[in-house]
Amino acid sequence: MSDRSAGARASSFILPVALAFAVAIALLQLAGAPPLEALRLLWEGSMGSTAKVSDTLTAWVPLTLAAAGLVVTFAAGLWNIGIEGQIVAGAIAATWVAREVPGPSPVLIPLMLLAGVIGGALWALLAGVLKTRGGVNEIFGGLGLDFVASGVAIYLIIGPWKRQGIASTSGTDLFRREAWLPTAGAAQIPVLAVTIAVAAVIVVYVLMRGTRLGLRLKAVGRNARSARLLGIPTERYTLGAFALCGALAGIAGVVQAAGVHHKLVPSVSGGYGFLAILVVLLAGFRAAWIAPISLFFAAVAVGGTQLSLRLGLDSSLGGVLQGVLVLLVILAGGWQARRALRARAAAPPPEEP
Amino acid sequence: MSLELRDIHKAFGPVKANDGVSLSIEAGTLHGLLGENGAGKSTLMKVLSGFIAADSGEVVLDGRRLALSSPRDGVEAGIGMLHQDPLVFLPFTVLDNFLLGAPGGLRIDRRAGERALRGTADRFGFSFDTDAPARSLTVGERQQLEIARLLWLGARVLILDEPTTGISASQRTTLFGVLRALAAEGMIVIFVSHKLEEVEELCERVTVMRRGTVIGEAEMPCPAERLVEMMFGRVLTESELGQPTLGEPVLQLDRATLAERALTIPEMTLSVQEGEVLGLAGLEGSGQRMLLRAAAGLLEPRSGRVVVRGRDLTGQGYRAFLDAGVHYLPAGRLEEGLVAGLTVAEHFLLAGDATAFFIDHDRARREAEAKIADYSIVGTADSTAESLSGGNQQRLLLAMTPPDVRLLLMEHPTRGLDIESADWVWTRLLERRDAGTAIVFASADLDELLRYSDRILVFFAGEILKVLDARTTTGEELGHLIGGRELR
Repeated sequence: MSDRSAGARASSFILPVALAFAVAIALLQLAGAPPLEALRLLWEGSMGSTAKVSDTLTAWVPLTLAAAGLVVTFAAGLWNIGIEGQIVAGAIAATWVAREVPGPSPVLIPLMLLAGVIGGALWALLAGVLKTRGGVNEIFGGLGLDFVASGVAIYLIIGPWKRQGIASTSGTDLFRREAWLPTAGAAQIPVLAVTIAVAAVIVVYVLMRGTRLGLRLKAVGRNARSARLLGIPTERYTLGAFALCGALAGIAGVVQAAGVHHKLVPSVSGGYGFLAILVVLLAGFRAAWIAPISLFFAAVAVGGTQLSLRLGLDSSLGGVLQGVLVLLVILAGGWQARRALRARAAAPPPEEP
Repeated sequence: MSLELRDIHKAFGPVKANDGVSLSIEAGTLHGLLGENGAGKSTLMKVLSGFIAADSGEVVLDGRRLALSSPRDGVEAGIGMLHQDPLVFLPFTVLDNFLLGAPGGLRIDRRAGERALRGTADRFGFSFDTDAPARSLTVGERQQLEIARLLWLGARVLILDEPTTGISASQRTTLFGVLRALAAEGMIVIFVSHKLEEVEELCERVTVMRRGTVIGEAEMPCPAERLVEMMFGRVLTESELGQPTLGEPVLQLDRATLAERALTIPEMTLSVQEGEVLGLAGLEGSGQRMLLRAAAGLLEPRSGRVVVRGRDLTGQGYRAFLDAGVHYLPAGRLEEGLVAGLTVAEHFLLAGDATAFFIDHDRARREAEAKIADYSIVGTADSTAESLSGGNQQRLLLAMTPPDVRLLLMEHPTRGLDIESADWVWTRLLERRDAGTAIVFASADLDELLRYSDRILVFFAGEILKVLDARTTTGEELGHLIGGRELR
């Protein structure tokens, strides 16, 4: 990359972030809270102690996993809105293993992860097949499957997998301890989950940057007609992208069920799938940026709870900040794209289509 | 009335599209603007019509300085531009298109509009059904509609950007007649083209642009060599054509019935041999594309067989055709062929036959640079496909074509290219032909068809009207056949 485009990139990121903070400060001012104190609380609430860091990492893992998966589907030109459902599917599959399979952790945990991968990938493939064979746009198909997955989860929780004695939407019985994801220390740092998330980011980064598979995926995503003429089996690549994203989302579901809640709960996805779409948009679809941006989002989400506790602010303020940030970055990107497009449309030489 | 452009500057990033262009045109002239692609003609005309804003410089019409910041300003000042692809809303009817952009408030006087449209149409010999959807019009008819609309909007200056691309010979004659009549009435007509012969035929004065500046002006008639020299800075020679040696059949259609949408080509039998160049002539959408798509394995025939190099590949799918050495290059370079957003090096990676999972970026770059040099592509390994000019996109596509291709299928191989690039493309194609590759190409350029083909198939409404020997056919004869009738 040339210096100029790197500079443009930085300005397209730094400027909106600065603006978003300005908006956030204005909002805090309006809510009657001292902005600097609020920012300090946000920092302390997310990074202030080992326990807080652990909480932030716990939120970071599913967000990062989902975002890594979405980098693949976005590269293939797909809006995988069905990612929430894929997280739920992974959690359901892992719960099934936790309930049905006996054995110690070293056997159980890998099996649960595998089940999550399969569950998430299959649920994603469903959206993929609906698209390639049924002509259903993946946005609508995915959204529909999100509702179906969450419906299935609720049915299982109040039906076949209900807690002993009473059926409650608060979730199934807790998993056996062998089925809990291992953590380290008194602060319960999710070491295994973090390791998996880091590995996922690295795999996706290498895939998109250094492999023929990644290059072909990009070609399919940017221009399927040209890709087909170049001899790339576009349908297979589309389905492959869905499956890979679904697998990573499925692992996120396993982490949520076995690492956070230790049971299946109705909103097991925690909204991380949708939040991950924002992360990827903010990262400009580049894998390398996912980890830090996810960390920022996770920190704001976790630290945001401090604002409500200590300053009596609504905890949704963190969400507002995230939303404003994403909107501004997309806006900056849109402006740049429009400028480039205008320059190109008007630029010589004038060409036939 | 006179039109003056004073010291127009317009840069796109580092590219100076217009670098101090000054030009003045008197009313009642048919003025040609000649130059190769990328010379800055279209940019200048877009500035003049308000489509883009100049960085500096003035447009003066009738002694009045115009402030042009949108096409609307241009129209209000009486400047109308007919774009290379007519700006027509396909699902709308002809009349709705005509009324679009009409001045006035919310109320539209359809009856007055219809009268005006009919008046203009009758006067110039245009014939279209005002209630028909614009989609059903040919490119030439869309142009006529657009001209009528611009005149109704009060255009006193009419700019035509490469208007003869994709229209039939008879529509061209009509168009030229209209332009002459309008100029005679005192309008300013600016005819933008890179085709020498058209400018020679039509224009009274011509301005030649090269690399963003005006090189010179000339009264017509003017020797062609002088114009070519102004355009390119040197005189070109025709490339050596050579004689082909025909070999085994590469492509055979055996009573193949091809059908797509409303068009059907019944029971077509055809054989193309190694080292042969077959031209496909006809109006756009007469069946040429169907034949190419069938030969590429993208369109399965309803009945009959498609045989490539002796193997029956009917219904086997595109992949099998690719493996058999068939390569298809459709007209839309950025739509079907290249991938916008990917770099030149990435295109070579996609087109190459290496299968290793990991990419060796250093090696890919070296190979890309070698091919860039070999095919004289203006660009770097990191240039994105859409940043290349049309001629360089075509060079890239040719460079991506595997060396062992036996049957090359092309649509409009030189459309939108300047003479030099077109010449270069054909030099490369003829090299492949000499190595035994069969070439089948569709084109709307009669000269190209006659010059490079061995045989020409003339399509008319899904029918093969005639098979011609290119060496004994005249342009006039071919032009008439394309219009659907034999020359008497």
